[in-house]
Amino acid sequence: MNKVQHKQALLRLGDDALILGQRLGDWCGHAPALEEDIALTNIALDLIGRTQSYLTLSGALNEVNGESKPLTDDQLAFHRVERDFQNLLLVEQPNGDFGDTIARQFLFDNYALLRAEHIATQTFDLDAAAIAAKAIKEIRYHQDHSSKWIIRLGDGTPESHSRIQNSINELWKFTGEMFTPDEIDLAGASAGLLPDLSALKIKWDSAINSVLEEASLVRPDDAWMQTGGRQGLHTESLGFLLAEMQSLPRTYPDATW
Amino acid sequence: MTEFGAKNDLEHNRENDLVKAVKRQLEDVMDPELPFLSISDMGILRDVILEDGHTVCILTPTYSGCPATDVISKDVLAAAQVVDPSSEIRIAMAPAWTTDWISEQARAKMTANGIAPPVGESHDKAFLTGDGKIIPCPTCKSLDTKLISPFGSTACKASFKCNACLEPFEHFKCI
Repeated sequence: MNKVQHKQALLRLGDDALILGQRLGDWCGHAPALEEDIALTNIALDLIGRTQSYLTLSGALNEVNGESKPLTDDQLAFHRVERDFQNLLLVEQPNGDFGDTIARQFLFDNYALLRAEHIATQTFDLDAAAIAAKAIKEIRYHQDHSSKWIIRLGDGTPESHSRIQNSINELWKFTGEMFTPDEIDLAGASAGLLPDLSALKIKWDSAINSVLEEASLVRPDDAWMQTGGRQGLHTESLGFLLAEMQSLPRTYPDATW
Repeated sequence: MTEFGAKNDLEHNRENDLVKAVKRQLEDVMDPELPFLSISDMGILRDVILEDGHTVCILTPTYSGCPATDVISKDVLAAAQVVDPSSEIRIAMAPAWTTDWISEQARAKMTANGIAPPVGESHDKAFLTGDGKIIPCPTCKSLDTKLISPFGSTACKASFKCNACLEPFEHFKCI
């Protein structure tokens, strides 16, 4: 994998975490219970921390006309336009109700954990491996949290059952993208940095299926899948998220904490 | 021993003294979220080494998004520079921080301050959330306690309540 592909691969890891972290941050002060408010914002914090690490790593590989021109994590987060973001479409989907947020988290956590387990053990990029090794410990908590809610809601009242089933059905069309490799995924997999997505899907399926079964929920069919996030072709909602997230640093570019 | 060797030894001693002095200075740097524990108690300060004649303080973050990491870096730098004005901070991501590095003494201080310390070792996955394991109440020592949420007031803690004395308390998660 060449340097540009390497930079892009790290950027995607950062973008997935950044956009989901920003989404979850919206729950602050709005979650259905205090404990959930704390849980969702703690998860957001872990994601933003991971973002800083991966974007810093990606930014260090930036080159202009063959000359090294490092970018900071803040430059990458706040001064890129929508088309330059390469996060999965799944993570940019609106928070919806609590069930929609939990379903999105559940589908992503299981993917993120398997991906981190691969990255933590590869030797192509040891800095990325160190970040992933740390992330694994955190994602296990996130996965435990979202899985238990899936079970609680699926196996709860008829109302909670039908709503969480509906959330999963609605988000399912964004899961195919996680396992649809493009040239960066393929180059990353052959260099060892990124996992082989077809092997990952088998593990993801089994993790998802066992929780859905316990929750007495039906796994939707793998029908038509929406893709495009990795190529910067996003759903309508990302633009609104970025407008809000980037407004302060774009209005006051010299603002510091 | 030649005169050259003797000089080297002197230089070596001076450098060792510098590292020792910085380490001593850092003993008083506390974790801002657990102000009764020092950053060495917590295993956040990994080492102080010498590089090109100045000291480098090696820190590791507890959680990737822990907002205390920045504060800790600033506090450590300020303390180290009292002794060595050209001291530097380096953040080491590998190996990832684990609660296994929290000293026994620090665990006792946590209990004394109302926080149930990590139980067991991090590689045991049954100890992940505290769900299903027994976390003694730091107030009344009862073993009849219940997990309320695997998340708490800071990234590193889970929320529990004691069924005996009814007090809510925090448990430092095992990672």
